[in-house]
Amino acid sequence: MNSTLEKMKGYNIISVKEERIDAHNSGDLKAYILHLIELGETQLIIDLEKVRFIDSSGLGALLTGYKHAAAKSGKLSLVGCNQQVLAMFELTRLNRVFEIYSDLNEAIETEA
Amino acid sequence: MCNPILQVDVIIPTQTKYLDLIGSIGEHIAKDLDHFSGDREALAYHLNLVLTEATTNAIKHTPPNPKDTVRISIHIKDNELNIKVYDHGLGFDLEAVSLPDLNQPKENGMGLYFIRTLMDSVTYTKQTDGNVLEITKRL
Repeated sequence: MNSTLEKMKGYNIISVKEERIDAHNSGDLKAYILHLIELGETQLIIDLEKVRFIDSSGLGALLTGYKHAAAKSGKLSLVGCNQQVLAMFELTRLNRVFEIYSDLNEAIETEA
Repeated sequence: MCNPILQVDVIIPTQTKYLDLIGSIGEHIAKDLDHFSGDREALAYHLNLVLTEATTNAIKHTPPNPKDTVRISIHIKDNELNIKVYDHGLGFDLEAVSLPDLNQPKENGMGLYFIRTLMDSVTYTKQTDGNVLEITKRL
């Protein structure tokens, strides 16, 4: 899973650099998110701007991260979802679980 | 107007790195349909997704064996899209898989939900030499 990690105003921003999140790479994404949470980095923003396809395993990886962050009084939010990716969150009603922002600025300003 | 007959057969090793290939085939087929009045971009995503989920399912239910394969057959005739995914695994009981409770979201179990929700019918048949997940959608 290609991704970058950046710290901004106390938030860990994971930018996914893959067009697809599916069963081939979702395990890596989940492991990476859980690793950060284990290290005490529980304020996470996942940037999905480059992602144009996500399947059930990708949604599951993000949901696992969300639950683990919440269990440690943290938060996992999403930014940069394209229309088709957003439709997946709506189809599963996960848009009611995650805070989904249009971009990083909105996420950081709103969360702060 | 009917779309012309189309038949695509693909055999892949039971490895998830081939999911992109299989999904992309579905996406291309949707984009190249001669006659489709609905949302073509949405159909392209849905076929990508359904093929990805069905193939993942087949790989997951097959014990690891480098020689094992999954066969995917995509057929369009009379504006009906038919997808068959053949595996040689242990199989499962489709009827026993309940719909997920979207108010209590869980990490697993959404793949079949997508297939059932986005397509018109889905069956899973255990055969002596393997199993077949069959999906149909009216175009």
